[in-house]
Amino acid sequence: MKNKAPIYFLLFAIIVFFLGMFFGMIASFQYLLPEFLKEYLPFSKLRPFHVTSVISWIVLCATGSIYFFLTYVEKFKLFSPLLVKLHFIIFLLTGIAIYFSFAFDYTEGREYFAFKPILIVPILIGWILFGINYFKTLYKNVKGWPVYYWMWGTGIVFISYHLMEAHFWLLDFFRLNFIKDFAVQWKSTGSFTGSWNMLVYGISIYLMSKIKKDSDVARNKAAFFFYFLGLTNLMFGWAHHTYLLPTQPWIRYVAYAISMTEWIVLASIIYSWKRSVLKVEKENHPMAYRFLLATDFWIFLNIILALLFSIPAINFFTHGTHITVAHSMGTTIGINTTILFSALFFILHQLYPDFETDRKWVKRGFVSFNISLFFFWISLLIAGGKRSYWMYVSKSGLFSEMQDSLILYYISFFIFGIGIFVSLLIVAFPIFKAFFHKIKT
Amino acid sequence: MSTNSKLYLFVIAFLIAIFAFYNYLVYSSNGYVAVEKLSPMAVKGQQLFQNNRCWSCHQLYGLGGYLGPDLTNVYSDEDKGPLYFKAFLNSGVKSMPKFNFSEEEKDVLVEYMKQVDETGIYPNYDAEIEATGWVKLKYQNEE
Repeated sequence: MKNKAPIYFLLFAIIVFFLGMFFGMIASFQYLLPEFLKEYLPFSKLRPFHVTSVISWIVLCATGSIYFFLTYVEKFKLFSPLLVKLHFIIFLLTGIAIYFSFAFDYTEGREYFAFKPILIVPILIGWILFGINYFKTLYKNVKGWPVYYWMWGTGIVFISYHLMEAHFWLLDFFRLNFIKDFAVQWKSTGSFTGSWNMLVYGISIYLMSKIKKDSDVARNKAAFFFYFLGLTNLMFGWAHHTYLLPTQPWIRYVAYAISMTEWIVLASIIYSWKRSVLKVEKENHPMAYRFLLATDFWIFLNIILALLFSIPAINFFTHGTHITVAHSMGTTIGINTTILFSALFFILHQLYPDFETDRKWVKRGFVSFNISLFFFWISLLIAGGKRSYWMYVSKSGLFSEMQDSLILYYISFFIFGIGIFVSLLIVAFPIFKAFFHKIKT
Repeated sequence: MSTNSKLYLFVIAFLIAIFAFYNYLVYSSNGYVAVEKLSPMAVKGQQLFQNNRCWSCHQLYGLGGYLGPDLTNVYSDEDKGPLYFKAFLNSGVKSMPKFNFSEEEKDVLVEYMKQVDETGIYPNYDAEIEATGWVKLKYQNEE
């Protein structure tokens, strides 16, 4: 393997993932003991570390996986191997700069992008380099793209756009009009999530077609129909995040209408439940297969939740509660992370075909990860339900009293959060070791 | 390039054209309630709010963190108000760290809260839930 940059991306992603989870665990402990480390590492400092690290895990792992698939599995000659290296170096140095920015309180930015706004420039340059390399490579090599190539291309373009849009607040045209500014801020973050989902869901279809050895999975009409449906939701479906913001009603009408199209996705999942797409060739990819099965389960749970709170009458009661957190944790961990771990195991098999991935401890880690995530998710749902009751039904008592009444669920959230961390550490350890070995040889 | 690819490219181009027009409308659309633009003092308050990552724990319109209370209408809340808000800033209650804001900094934060308060209501207890699943919001200063 001449170009090891994809593996560097993947190692970088795994490191920031565990750092991000570690920051998240300390932060969640402050729900139990509010005074813990608060003068040195207050929650407000830990949260940006946690959020930016885990988002970076998703985009870095997706990026590394796509580079790997193109170069190692598809054996395409990249338009420029140098650009991949440059891309990695830019992201690595920017990542370090972001951590410094957080550590020393240069946090002029906003939620999800709290770092010094100037740092968005190298991030954008990195995405542009990725885009150039991606489109130039594929244009030359592939005729009649399967759906995952469209999805990855779309993801790269829309991530670049929404990263820019997330910084429109720097312009007075947006900033001085609070409601417009706030709406655009949440538009950008909602669509940014939709954009990285394009990369990650594209990876899941790629894996399915490779594990099953059936390219039709990625070329049939249904695959393209769902791609365009996802793209439409990415573009216009963001406003369910801001139903309760006094924007012009038409923005919310559009979001309501578009969000409801996801019922088609749910119907399709239920329809195809019995004829699982992965019945053959799983013996070569036992862990990649298991993680994709877990993805199926988590998509099912989270899409029901998302569909319910996309109905304004339900959103009215769930908005601003931990039910929203359950959804974001459920999707980023349950869906994005399981797909990415499936990709990591698939890649491991490509690098070391004889490597036994379904070792006893790895399988145990996989099971305890899913159990921990389930209870973690349920704890958040119950906490959110109780908060909603306090807000809209009882309407009595102080905020701090409501928080104190949730302590049991916060304890459960914390304990199962540790469960997720330890389980994934067990699962990821052999992958990390093998990747590390690869870059040394 | 196959025929299908041309069709897909056409669909993407069509969606992007609608998206561009949609963005134009969203970007040029003001809030539903006509309020004054943020004053220079409120903008300073907003920047302080960001610099100190207040959004990590607090929400505006239910968006933000979950460790502290929502601040959308803290300014006009009969039980809270600007003095209550100011008193919290440097006291370090529970998980909230002790900030060392100067009087001037507290004033700009209060000004920001005042102008946010004027834009709307959250939680919106007088909203009407309709049979279609739609929620008709009650707007600030609406009778």
